[in-house]
Amino acid sequence: MSKIGDAVQRARAAFASGRTRPLQFRVQQLEALRRMTQERRQDIAGALAADLHKNEWNSYYEEVVYVLEEIDHMIEKLPEWAADEPVEKTPQTQQDEAYIHSEPLGVVLIIGAWNYPFNLTIQPMVGAIAAGNAVVLKPSELSENVANLLATIIPQYLDKDLFPVINGGVPETTEVLKERFDHILYTGGTGVGKIIMTAAAKHLTPVTLELGGKSPCYVDKNCDLDVACRRVAWGKFMNSGQTCVAPDYILCDPSIQNQIVEKLKKSLKEFYGEDARKSRDYGRIINARHFQRVMALIEGQKVALGGTGDAATRYIAPTILTDVDPQAPVMQEEIFGPVLPIVCVCGLEEAVQFINQREKPLALYVFSNNDKVIKKMIAETSSGGVTANDVIAHITVHTLPFGGVGYSGMGSYHGKKSFETFSHRRSCLVRSLLSEEALKARYPPGQAKVTWH
Amino acid sequence: MDPFEDTLRQLRGAFNTGRTRPAEFRAAQLRGLGRFLEDNKQLLQDALAQDLHKSAFESEVSEIAISQGEVTLALRNLRAWMKDQRVPKNLATQLDSAFIRKEPFGLVLIVAPWNYPLNLTLVPLVGALAAGNCVVLKPSEISTSVEKVLAEVLPRYLDQSCFAVVLGGPQEMAQLLEHKFDYIFFTGSPRVGRIVMTAAAKHLTPVTLELGGKNPCYVDDNCDPQTVANRVAWFRYFNAGQTCVAPDYILCSPETQERLLPALQSAITRFYGDDPQSSPNLGRIINQKQFQRLRALLGCGRVAIGGQPTVLVDVQEMEPVMQEEIFGPILPIVSVRSLDEAVDFINRREKPLALYAFSNSSQVVKRVLARTSSGGFCGNDGFMHLTLASLPFGGVGASGMGRYHGKFSFDTFSHHRACLLRSPGMEKVNALRYPPHSQRNLRVLLVAMEARCCSCTLL
Repeated sequence: MSKIGDAVQRARAAFASGRTRPLQFRVQQLEALRRMTQERRQDIAGALAADLHKNEWNSYYEEVVYVLEEIDHMIEKLPEWAADEPVEKTPQTQQDEAYIHSEPLGVVLIIGAWNYPFNLTIQPMVGAIAAGNAVVLKPSELSENVANLLATIIPQYLDKDLFPVINGGVPETTEVLKERFDHILYTGGTGVGKIIMTAAAKHLTPVTLELGGKSPCYVDKNCDLDVACRRVAWGKFMNSGQTCVAPDYILCDPSIQNQIVEKLKKSLKEFYGEDARKSRDYGRIINARHFQRVMALIEGQKVALGGTGDAATRYIAPTILTDVDPQAPVMQEEIFGPVLPIVCVCGLEEAVQFINQREKPLALYVFSNNDKVIKKMIAETSSGGVTANDVIAHITVHTLPFGGVGYSGMGSYHGKKSFETFSHRRSCLVRSLLSEEALKARYPPGQAKVTWH
Repeated sequence: MDPFEDTLRQLRGAFNTGRTRPAEFRAAQLRGLGRFLEDNKQLLQDALAQDLHKSAFESEVSEIAISQGEVTLALRNLRAWMKDQRVPKNLATQLDSAFIRKEPFGLVLIVAPWNYPLNLTLVPLVGALAAGNCVVLKPSEISTSVEKVLAEVLPRYLDQSCFAVVLGGPQEMAQLLEHKFDYIFFTGSPRVGRIVMTAAAKHLTPVTLELGGKNPCYVDDNCDPQTVANRVAWFRYFNAGQTCVAPDYILCSPETQERLLPALQSAITRFYGDDPQSSPNLGRIINQKQFQRLRALLGCGRVAIGGQPTVLVDVQEMEPVMQEEIFGPILPIVSVRSLDEAVDFINRREKPLALYAFSNSSQVVKRVLARTSSGGFCGNDGFMHLTLASLPFGGVGASGMGRYHGKFSFDTFSHHRACLLRSPGMEKVNALRYPPHSQRNLRVLLVAMEARCCSCTLL
């Protein structure tokens, strides 16, 4: 049997031993994970810098802090969430115990993504551990340094059998997917999402798919444009645009397009200086293939800012495109790069129609001072999540589930939702053998009219 | 020619108009469903009797009343379920509005089986309608009388621009599954469940699969055998054993087996008389194919109680009757020497949809619960846990994924959309998140990391 098969079998045997059941064990593992994140933060920051040109600030505030928060939240709430949950009983079951009992699923596979390689592998893992599962991690091979680091440090801090890290490219991922798991959480693209779900179907494995799409950003005429543009610029160009919930494109009235461009430029200058290439805070594209892909999207478009790149360093300048044609290539795929197209629409109705003609996105943004505009935009569209008057923020609230709908995904996690996603919530009714007299009426042949409700 | 293309396009078009969104529309659909059940009770009982020889009693408790109960529950709670669910916020979002909005998925497909052809069609339908979806219903072609009523009578009670019944066998199903749905709810066998999920994967359609398995029934030495026999027999032979949550086989010690056998015989005779075939209270196997399948399963072990219903003993683990879900009026008893052996036996196999444990000792019951997994569990009775709408009904592992009943139905058929409404003000609070992250800011960061004060996110 292969190394991968061995690792999965060992994880399964370790799970079957029952040692993940006691809450104390799970808390110990979570505390070890927290120690790992804190003690090795330099190594983590170094790997993120090598893979994506992230600096320490980005590492902490865009990846690490959410993992630490999730761990703290999970440890605090675990006794409450893991406890049996009594439910309302019917008249016939008043004397019985009725409750929902949370159990681990078994062996969970988490396939990470390369854009927030630490966070998108470890944050789901926190929930899976808390729920009492063994976890097989398959970090993305594109963020090679983080993948190698995780393979080194995870076994140094966590149970070696329960939490194997499997690295490799397409062949290794394909091999891992042949194994049977009790849940698969995948973060990545729509195309591979379909492959994962198809593989999972063979084993009837439930899946959580965190995919992507083009997250629209509607900027109303009636809003504080300075604030809106600053927030949009921040969310769009963070990690050089490689964020699944980045505002992908702007929809606005033609009369404010120029103002939006000016204000975006102003904010970008404040953030990254005259030449973003020299900024310590500006990221790089993950690899040559994606660099070329994003550069190609700029071709033939009206460039209001940027539009240039350097293949050697995989740097693409912050780029704004104006009067973009909805049929252009840049509007046909998730950009996942520092290119912000502005598409002009006349009013909210047209914006809503535009959005609804396309696949449901992972996130949707609307900037307006008018509550009615916000309500209408939300009511008449669908998306994984929404932030109004800001971007990205909804995914940082751990009481809100993070996930997609339609082509942007299925299932969700973060906080309690993670715990639930990685648990089986088993319905339990416990009766007594002593009540037989009362139940005799239900048996044939002379069955009394019994109601069960 | 694709027979479904037009229908599906129309339903999708109707959904896009927003017609199914308002609570009034959904309530009207649910009331229509309620009236369908009231107006056609006799017709439905006749159809169920024709398809499965169900007694009026069984039809009432396990098909009609349970569907009516779900309609009533949904009507009573609809507005509460539809409301935005506010969530606690962290420090950074104190002044914002954070909530989860429940939205319909769009076009939902419900595929139902033949064993409880009314219940397993209508109860999911209640959830799908309450959640504001447009629905395509695919009843089983095997329970032909009920299929006819659902196809010809039910649509008259619902808005037909938002609801359709489609008919056909495996070929039509395959064609139907090529289309894109926004949610698929399937009840049936694991084999077909795989086919449905594979088809759903092509469109990234989320699914709930209510499947099956062999539901073990552990009987402890410490129990009253007649009470246990009454309960196990009744739930086992209900609907002639064609119930996804029926106790499939018994695990007990040889001593307990000896006490159970006469008790089971007594229960069977009391329930179904000396000639069960003529009893109005015993259902019928749905068709010849299933009947032959069950006959073949009898070719092993020893018949301890013969005829229909049957009890088998001396059954080996590898025999056919222990390899597939029985789904008929046959109850094998497998000998084990201890609770541990019973638990090991159960855990060697796929996770079942239901699991039962009988004992006077609640500790024993709890121990079986703690050391196994299953969709649901009932201690000291059969599938009574299904009668609580407050308990989610669903499988785990090979017995399924997802769940429904009561509010769980509404939630299953809804997309839970995370919403955060911020104000354009408070920009000073956001200041730290914007680059450039100078040395000064970096020092702030390091202090924050050391202190790990509450909610250090900047967003």
